[in-house]
Amino acid sequence: MKGLAGKDPATTSEYIQHHLQNLVYGRLPAGFERHSEQGHQVLTENTWTLAHGADEVAAMGFWAVHVDSMAWSIGLGIVFCLVFRWAALKSNPSTPKGFINFVEFIVELVDNKVKESFHAKNRLIAPLALTIFIWIFLMNLMDLVPVDLVPKLLMLVGVEYQKIVPSTDPNVTMGMALGVFLLMLFYNIKIKGFGFVKELTMHPFNHWAFIPVNLFMELVGFLAKPFSLGLRLFGNMYAGEMIFILIALMFAAGAGGSIISGGLNAQLFGEGTNVFLWLVTFLLVCFICLLNLKGKLSTGKTALYSLSLLMISGGILGLSGGIMQLGWAIFHIIIVTLQAFIFMVLTVVYLGMAHEQDH
Amino acid sequence: MEVYMAAAIMLGLGALGAAIGMGLLGGKLIEATARQPELGAELQGKMFLLAGLIDAVPIIGVGIAMYLIFVVAPPLV
Repeated sequence: MKGLAGKDPATTSEYIQHHLQNLVYGRLPAGFERHSEQGHQVLTENTWTLAHGADEVAAMGFWAVHVDSMAWSIGLGIVFCLVFRWAALKSNPSTPKGFINFVEFIVELVDNKVKESFHAKNRLIAPLALTIFIWIFLMNLMDLVPVDLVPKLLMLVGVEYQKIVPSTDPNVTMGMALGVFLLMLFYNIKIKGFGFVKELTMHPFNHWAFIPVNLFMELVGFLAKPFSLGLRLFGNMYAGEMIFILIALMFAAGAGGSIISGGLNAQLFGEGTNVFLWLVTFLLVCFICLLNLKGKLSTGKTALYSLSLLMISGGILGLSGGIMQLGWAIFHIIIVTLQAFIFMVLTVVYLGMAHEQDH
Repeated sequence: MEVYMAAAIMLGLGALGAAIGMGLLGGKLIEATARQPELGAELQGKMFLLAGLIDAVPIIGVGIAMYLIFVVAPPLV
């Protein structure tokens, strides 16, 4: 695994920082010194390129794009649109089955939630709520994919850094919150007109002398809404991802150990983890769980086989790492769904407040 | 060293606030469900929503504290 300046990340903090690094595309200024395995290179002019480390990212400044966040978020959005459109086209009014039933269930859920909280007439709100809910849910769901799986596979293709969970990028969550903020502004001004300014300046003290105080308090409240919306999602996902990465350290901690503590991984491959061994283990565990879902294998045997596979591949540390990842992943499923739901409900409530005319 | 202390204060005080808030919320839910069991499911749904809102600022604090501990501190120590 290539770390900063081409070395294998031998320390835990380098491993963690490697997993927290986005794939950044930006402009390196002329005169910047690039370090790589081939040696030093001083750039003679401004070059647009992918960053090879945290120091290059810092040199690129503000106008650098997180290519991995954009790719995963836009890709998941396209997946959502295609899947739901297919379900809408194939839906039969009489007897929905299976997945189409599930899609209808979700749409009805969002529709009821919107009807509860939004009391004006606006055709944008319910589709917006559905998009927000499913899109954020899909982005958060990427957090449940094993930590090293996609990064190591992509490193074989040459992509050094990337993060597969777009909602751990504060740019993505604050961008969505900014979109909601712009909608809030638009509808406040459109529906209330001058009444919006009156609301900002005359609540809660209804006297012209208190206008500065009112304005300050109302502006803080108004700006805190999208700010907290974006940061809430970011904070939850970042903390969850961080704990996944910390537990994933267990798998590599058995490196160089005996066959009991490190398993096959330590015996055959020494230091570090080997991606193919763990890929095979992962696929076998998935296959065993699939057999259990189809009813061909009892739950007790499923647990026994999966745990012994983990024990063989990674020793005691691999086994305990696997169990801890499972426990945290089950808890994180609640957080993933809940955060998407909260973002949706708060968006609908804020836009509902923008449509309220109290006189 | 100061970075670790800052992260510890953020985590500790955030957890304290979140725990007290959740405790009050959960207590009210159980009381209300005991009074009117037929509203049980609806109140539970509202409780989860409020739990996510209460958790928001402490979790933002946890995110920032983790960032401090694992990304900001190692180059300095």
